Amino acid sequence: MTAHRPVLAVIGAGPAGLAGALAAAARGVRVVLVDSAAEAGGQFYRQPARGLGARRPQALHHQWRTWERLRTGLDTHLAAARVTHLSDRHVWCVERQSDGLTVHALIGPEQEESVAVHADGVLLATGGYEKVLPFPGWTLPGVVTAGGAQALLKGGLVLPGRTAVVAGTGPLLLPVATGLAAAGAQVVALVESAGPADFTRRARTWAGAPTKLAEGAVYAARLLRHRVAVTLRHAVLEAHGTERLESVTVAALDPEGRPVPGTERRVVCDTLAVGHGLLPHTDLAEGLGCRLDGPGVSVDDEQRTDVPGVWAAGETTGIGGSALSLAEGHIAGRSAAARLTGTVPDPREWAPAARARTGLRSFFAALDAAYAARPARWTEQVTDETVVCRCEEVTAGAVREAVGTLGAGDLRTVKLLTRAGMGWCQGRMCEPGVAGVAGCALTPARRSLARPVPLGVLAAPADPSTPQ
Amino acid sequence: MVVGAGMVGAACALYAARAGLDVILVDRGPVAGGTTGAGEGNLLVSDKEPGPELQLALLSAKLWGELAQEMGAAVEYEPKGGLVVASTPASLTALAELAAGQRAAGVSAVRVGADQLHELEPYLARGLAGGVLYPQDAQVMPTLAAAHLVRASGARLQTGRTVVQVLLDTAGAVRGVRTDRGDILAPAVVNAAGTWGSEVAALAGVRLPVLPRRGFVLVTEPLPRRVRHKVYAADYVADVASDSAALQTSPVVEGTAAGPVLIGASRERVGFDRSFSLPVVRALAAGATRLFPFLEQVRAMRTYLGFRPYLPDHLPAVGPDPRVPGLFHACGHEGAGIGLATGTGHLIAQTLTGRRPELDLAPFRPDRFDRADPLDRFAEEAPPWIP
Ligand SMILES: Cc1cc2nc3c(=O)[nH]c(=O)nc-3n(C[C@H](O)[C@H](O)[C@H](O)COP(=O)(O)OP(=O)(O)OC[C@H]3O[C@@H](n4cnc5c(N)ncnc54)[C@H](O)[C@@H]3O)c2cc1C
Ligand SMILES: Cc1cc2nc3c(=O)[nH]c(=O)nc-3n(C[C@H](O)[C@H](O)[C@H](O)COP(=O)(O)OP(=O)(O)OC[C@H]3O[C@@H](n4cnc5c(N)ncnc54)[C@H](O)[C@@H]3O)c2cc1C
Repeated sequence: MTAHRPVLAVIGAGPAGLAGALAAAARGVRVVLVDSAAEAGGQFYRQPARGLGARRPQALHHQWRTWERLRTGLDTHLAAARVTHLSDRHVWCVERQSDGLTVHALIGPEQEESVAVHADGVLLATGGYEKVLPFPGWTLPGVVTAGGAQALLKGGLVLPGRTAVVAGTGPLLLPVATGLAAAGAQVVALVESAGPADFTRRARTWAGAPTKLAEGAVYAARLLRHRVAVTLRHAVLEAHGTERLESVTVAALDPEGRPVPGTERRVVCDTLAVGHGLLPHTDLAEGLGCRLDGPGVSVDDEQRTDVPGVWAAGETTGIGGSALSLAEGHIAGRSAAARLTGTVPDPREWAPAARARTGLRSFFAALDAAYAARPARWTEQVTDETVVCRCEEVTAGAVREAVGTLGAGDLRTVKLLTRAGMGWCQGRMCEPGVAGVAGCALTPARRSLARPVPLGVLAAPADPSTPQ
Repeated sequence: MVVGAGMVGAACALYAARAGLDVILVDRGPVAGGTTGAGEGNLLVSDKEPGPELQLALLSAKLWGELAQEMGAAVEYEPKGGLVVASTPASLTALAELAAGQRAAGVSAVRVGADQLHELEPYLARGLAGGVLYPQDAQVMPTLAAAHLVRASGARLQTGRTVVQVLLDTAGAVRGVRTDRGDILAPAVVNAAGTWGSEVAALAGVRLPVLPRRGFVLVTEPLPRRVRHKVYAADYVADVASDSAALQTSPVVEGTAAGPVLIGASRERVGFDRSFSLPVVRALAAGATRLFPFLEQVRAMRTYLGFRPYLPDHLPAVGPDPRVPGLFHACGHEGAGIGLATGTGHLIAQTLTGRRPELDLAPFRPDRFDRADPLDRFAEEAPPWIP
């Protein structure tokens, strides 16, 4: 290798990417931080766009102090030119080459031109995306994803509606409901399909994670203060409205997850925020040929993937909240700094982060099991007429026909036969729903292009730049 | 008993059932889970030189036309015709010679002057030398086609079941197959296992050297119809017939019923390597934008790849295996298995029912590699010091 300082490209400027960038930059590595958003922060510390004049953005975040430390650290490294931040860059492919890796990114928002960054190592910190399961009426205007509602609140400070129901399953529903309420919406119900028994059964894990419990308690207190009625083991069965959302039907679920007849009630609302948890973003890792472990990228104790020179940290490796992303990012950054400068890292140096990682991983594994236990029978509510893939307007009936009479047995064949998941979002939105209705496993989609790329960009490669 | 529910197995099942046989179709995955679900659905006569493959293509094109009467819309059959263009006078001359030979073999091939190209394809690049229009070229959606042919056959479909052995009686004749979920007895077994046809042949103790040839396809965002025919550059024909292991990309550009434009496909012999190759995809994009400059602004949404099943002489194996009574082969169709499926299924059904096949099957004999030049062995197992 030449005398140049090794370059680590960090993709994603959320908690994991920032922690990784800071750890590596402090240890002699040039960092290029590439992110699709206009500002650093990722999903959790998503910044209100400048110029919108948010007076107290901290009111929308807790853990504001962690963010301030990350922000200050980033500013210091930026000023010292140890870190370059390429914002508004949408990475569509990371290419393996004999002498390193090249990151190809489209320049936003038009995404018509591409830049290439050559690096010695890459840290994938691309986070996760929301899982939404279909139900009758879910395509009505006024129905938004839980994360979408939160992003609107944090990024644009727009209040999506006035009377809101928050529904689905998973820990995200809590901050979304309190966030909406704090911003002035009337949250008439938080409808969670998991039941109390799902949580009490795992009491031992909760006892081992007091800070996380405290966080839950804070949310509970906030919900009380905003008079948000929380109903456990209930689900929204249907959204109603002609032009846009007018009301939803909510019902209790039996222990099997089926709605209990006679418990249905109508709740009037103009906004429904639904979410069923998050899934890791793995497109870039899959294009590189990294092994997956379940839905996330598989990594070792140093956060290395099985592809040489490629690390992964944060929710791209599995869903676990911002604190876990910070710990993983930190470890990845330190490992990369050592490995890229030709030394073997000593894991004892990051022992505190490794301990946090172990604790948080087991906490989230238990949380995941608690929430996953519930929406078992949701597909029975999906009528044949319900559109499951919005881009290609494929109904649940068409998916069922592909399985029932045309011999599809896996998600890929269902997609080929129905075109579900073939549209603009490439199945990112509908895949869990389509797999559920088809009754087959949610298998990795092998998306080799992480973003749609103009053919002209593909045909005329950009010259890779190495930061000076 | 047909092994493999890809396009070829589906067609064998359909024509065998229509010939009065009771058919069981077994696949270790779902319908079209192999190469059929990973390629395009061009039904081409234009890319074939005169010879046995072209005869099979012409028979198949006729049969596809008949099937389209029954289920054309369901399988997205479009008799849109192919347009082969030449960029230089020299390549136009070569193309015209090929077309003349094809015409003599029964293909309709119409010369198109440089000034007429844009009447056929308004968005085509300027400055091309001319072309040939092939009205018999058509297209289907392969996965839909396989699924609907299976359904129409009424065959008993058993997916998720792997054939692990071909059962032979004491005289060495087929009596069925062993699967991971029990035996299935049948007096005739058709090997329609595509790229894995060599493995199924080996389960019956015979050699059939089917090998993979990788291909990538690029898929664009959905567009209003701007590409009317299947359009490709004249060098494509040379690529198809090529023996080289190196990468070849002279893409066929076509619109689909669903809106996206398909650009495919590359050809490389790299074994079963599934990793994404940006240089290959770049070459496809470059070839397509040279033909249709408007595509530069159009976005590629995804790519997919598959492994074409090929035999060393680039002809499929179709017909009974003289080495094992009761064993039939229908595999090794390389980049034309969708197009050639109907003719193959029809010929297999004729031989299964003891009738005289409509085409001479000698060029497709499955045991032809046994009789091959002994030097072939060396060609296949190149010594390690040869790069
Ligand atoms: C609605 C909502 C509420 C939440 N509330 C809480 C909470 O209260 N407490 C808590 O602990 N956690 C919460 N979380 C979870 C928290 O946001 C995540 O755990 C954390 O952000 C994960 O960090 P990360 O760095 O792994 O990924 P992210 O923060 O998701 O960052 C990934 C970054 O990568 C970028 N990126 C992705 N793909 C590309 C690409 N191809 N090219 C360029 N850039 C790309 C993204 O733009 C993003 O900036 C919430 C999440 C959501 C969605
Ligand atoms: C990129 C690309 C583009 C192409 N474009 C075209 C085109 O435009 N036009 C065209 O005509 N052709 C095209 N082809 C070629 C075409 O796709 C193939 O020739 C055709 O799909 C082969 O069909 P098949 O039924 O023989 O094989 P397959 O579809 O692979 O089916 C074989 C089946 O056998 C099953 N199987 C294997 N072993 C066993 C076992 N032991 N037990 C049970 N089941 C087993 C497999 O699971 C598989 O489903 C293209 C190919 C590629 C890769």
